[in-house]
Amino acid sequence: MDALDLARWQFGITTVYHFLFVPLTIGLSVIVAGLQTAWYRTGRHEYLRATKFFGKLFLINFAMGVVTGIVQEFQFGMNWSEYSRFVGDVFGAPLAMEALLAFFLESTFIGLWIFGWDKLPRKVHLACIWAAAIGTNLSAYFILAANAWMRHPVGFTQNPETGRAQLTSIWAVLGNPQAWSTYLHVIAAAFITAGMFVAAVSAFKLWRDRPRGDDAPAGGERELFRKTLRVGMLVTLLSGLLVVYSGDHQAKLAAAYEPMKLAAAEALWETEDGAAFSTFAVGDTEERLNHVDITVPHVLSFLATGEASGTVEGMNDLQAKYEEAYGPGNYIPNVFVLYWSFRLMIGLGLFGVAVSALGLWLTRNRRLPGNRWFYYAAIAGLPATLAANLLGWIMTEMGRQPWTVHGELLTAASVSPGVSLGEVALSLSLFTAIYGVLAVVEAGLLWRYVKAGPAHLVPDRGDGADAEDADTPVPAFVY
Amino acid sequence: MELPVIWFIAIAVLWIGYFVLEGFDFGVGTLLPVIGKDNTDRRVMINAIGPVWDGNEVWLITAGGAMFAAFPAWYASLFSGFYLPLLLILLALIVRGVAFEYRGKIDTDRWRAWWDRAIVFGSALPAFLWGVAFANIVRGVAMDADHIVTAGLLDLLSPYALLGGLTTLSLFTLHGAVFLTLKTGGAVRARARTAVTATAFAAVPAGAAFLIWTQLAYGAPWTLPFAAVAAIAPVLGALLAVQGKEGWSFTTTALAIGAAAITLFGSLYPDVLPSTTDPAYSLTVANASSAPYTLTVMTWVAVVFLPIVIAYQAWSYWVFRKRITREHIEPTPAYGDGGSDAGTAATGPVPLPRGTG
Repeated sequence: MDALDLARWQFGITTVYHFLFVPLTIGLSVIVAGLQTAWYRTGRHEYLRATKFFGKLFLINFAMGVVTGIVQEFQFGMNWSEYSRFVGDVFGAPLAMEALLAFFLESTFIGLWIFGWDKLPRKVHLACIWAAAIGTNLSAYFILAANAWMRHPVGFTQNPETGRAQLTSIWAVLGNPQAWSTYLHVIAAAFITAGMFVAAVSAFKLWRDRPRGDDAPAGGERELFRKTLRVGMLVTLLSGLLVVYSGDHQAKLAAAYEPMKLAAAEALWETEDGAAFSTFAVGDTEERLNHVDITVPHVLSFLATGEASGTVEGMNDLQAKYEEAYGPGNYIPNVFVLYWSFRLMIGLGLFGVAVSALGLWLTRNRRLPGNRWFYYAAIAGLPATLAANLLGWIMTEMGRQPWTVHGELLTAASVSPGVSLGEVALSLSLFTAIYGVLAVVEAGLLWRYVKAGPAHLVPDRGDGADAEDADTPVPAFVY
Repeated sequence: MELPVIWFIAIAVLWIGYFVLEGFDFGVGTLLPVIGKDNTDRRVMINAIGPVWDGNEVWLITAGGAMFAAFPAWYASLFSGFYLPLLLILLALIVRGVAFEYRGKIDTDRWRAWWDRAIVFGSALPAFLWGVAFANIVRGVAMDADHIVTAGLLDLLSPYALLGGLTTLSLFTLHGAVFLTLKTGGAVRARARTAVTATAFAAVPAGAAFLIWTQLAYGAPWTLPFAAVAAIAPVLGALLAVQGKEGWSFTTTALAIGAAAITLFGSLYPDVLPSTTDPAYSLTVANASSAPYTLTVMTWVAVVFLPIVIAYQAWSYWVFRKRITREHIEPTPAYGDGGSDAGTAATGPVPLPRGTG
């Protein structure tokens, strides 16, 4: 174990942790803005209650995303100084743009939204949450353009004197096919997760407060959560279509630009024409072959090339090719992790989408299923889709190894030479400890506020009160 | 003017924006247990910065991103070379940011006391460490021919650097106290005024000593007036606050922070990180910068978007321009079961958290 290993663990842990909050922030900002728009348009009290309730949960999550995000920017310089030195000319620009164009927008308008309920005209206040949501969704583009450049470096040359990468076209970097394709995939996955969050919370509330025996059912709240359950599931289902479309595109880009990643994710050792899609494999990374491989013929070739008989390169051939191009070394990423993260990502993500499709059918025409499994499945959809997000990133990032910048810079050459093992061990332990504590705190708070429900934020006034609502000031969130 | 010089100035501007804006957030946080005698007072203080602290912090993220893009070698050497101080700053900013959001979410004294500690620690520590860091940048650090910083943690804690830390801590605290006189009413405002005088007694001598040292040891002739303004302005700021001219006082402390930062960046130029090992190893504006194309792109982005950012941030300050008083603070909007000691203790005075005041 050396400083490089620990620095990689630290980047992995802090990034995966950061990404627990990011998809919810991306998706929930828009869902909350949508709910508030519904309130603005119709003046119906239940939409205000939904906005406030999910808005509160959104903010509890948002805070964690913000504070863990600062670590991400600092970490490039702190732990990956040689990477930063090599690529800053190219990689720094989208990061600076992210801060200037997106983070300012997001942070300023979220402040206006939280504290501005009773200070701003309703239209302006509504515009604030939309501005924050746009900022959030815009920030994802810049950081993904930066990430895409690492996987498919474009728009640069290497300065022969300094050896550093030098930007030649910002439009090439921002228009990188990997950038917009990844953006669609990541945003769609974020909306799947956020939709599932809304659906899971609603399902929990509906199941917990279900009418039992002679108890009078809590009418207003049930109606509210029946609606938000369907809103969440609809968001997940529609995003599911986009995630499949963009995922297919991602596979084709991987075949073209990162064939090793695709081969490893499929445990494909030898180049094949009309390659089969593996569903279950037991392989040997020492011998570089599979002992067991249960496959569906031609599907991989079709996914990768669009033709059932297309050629898909295998790891052994790619390894030979890379050794010739870049010198001796192991260019095969961790096949076990890639193979299984790929399958779990697809499986868990589609589970959420399937639950949503089924749920929308079962709740049609104001129905609510009585079967407990329906609610359990909707609740399970949240951790499943969140895990799918993380597994997707684990596959993407570990699949790029041993490179930080594909074909240009090795991870081993990217680490800070001046930062000692002890220093990284200290930072890794402190980040892990504090992140662990905060995770428990955050989960506890979400749990409390979900249990408490919207009645604690905005009292239920019954259906007749909608008309008065237009003139009554809405209290702001305060600290 | 050449692009790298323009970007050196731009980065100085971003850091000045950060220090002037988050400086008062840090000051308010540091003073939380001193001025906030009970929970309502503390909530007055936190709500005074509540709508804006997050936007203020983005100035730091933008400054960091701009250093990465415009001076990759500076960003790389500095951030890896100052590993432990930056680690502490990150941890502090994490707990502080979460504390603002989570403090009011559960209505018990114990819960709030923990987050109050996080706010005080998370405000005072970065306020101190930014001064230490910038003093070291100006003073230079041991750095080899490959621009890898070889200085250890103890090397970063020289008397000059510690004085720098004391300066930013006391100056930001003064700035925060003045901000509270401007933005709050009633008892909080009155205690903030007392705090202005008290912190001025620390900020004025520390700041003067640090600026004189900086000017004599590292300064350029043209930085002298800025150093002088930075040294004198806090005195003026304190006097104005005591007279009740709070807006002018705040302008003056902001000016002091800005002038001090200009003195530091001016003393640094044309280096961006001097090497004490051998001046030939120093990182300079010329040898640390990105190529002209990147700087041109960044210039266009900054010229178009920075004014827009400043406009909407200014608007948000205008929206929240009114003073906050205890009357504005509604009963704690915290939910859940409230914990065992909620209700009875919620309205009473809250004991100061131990070990933070």
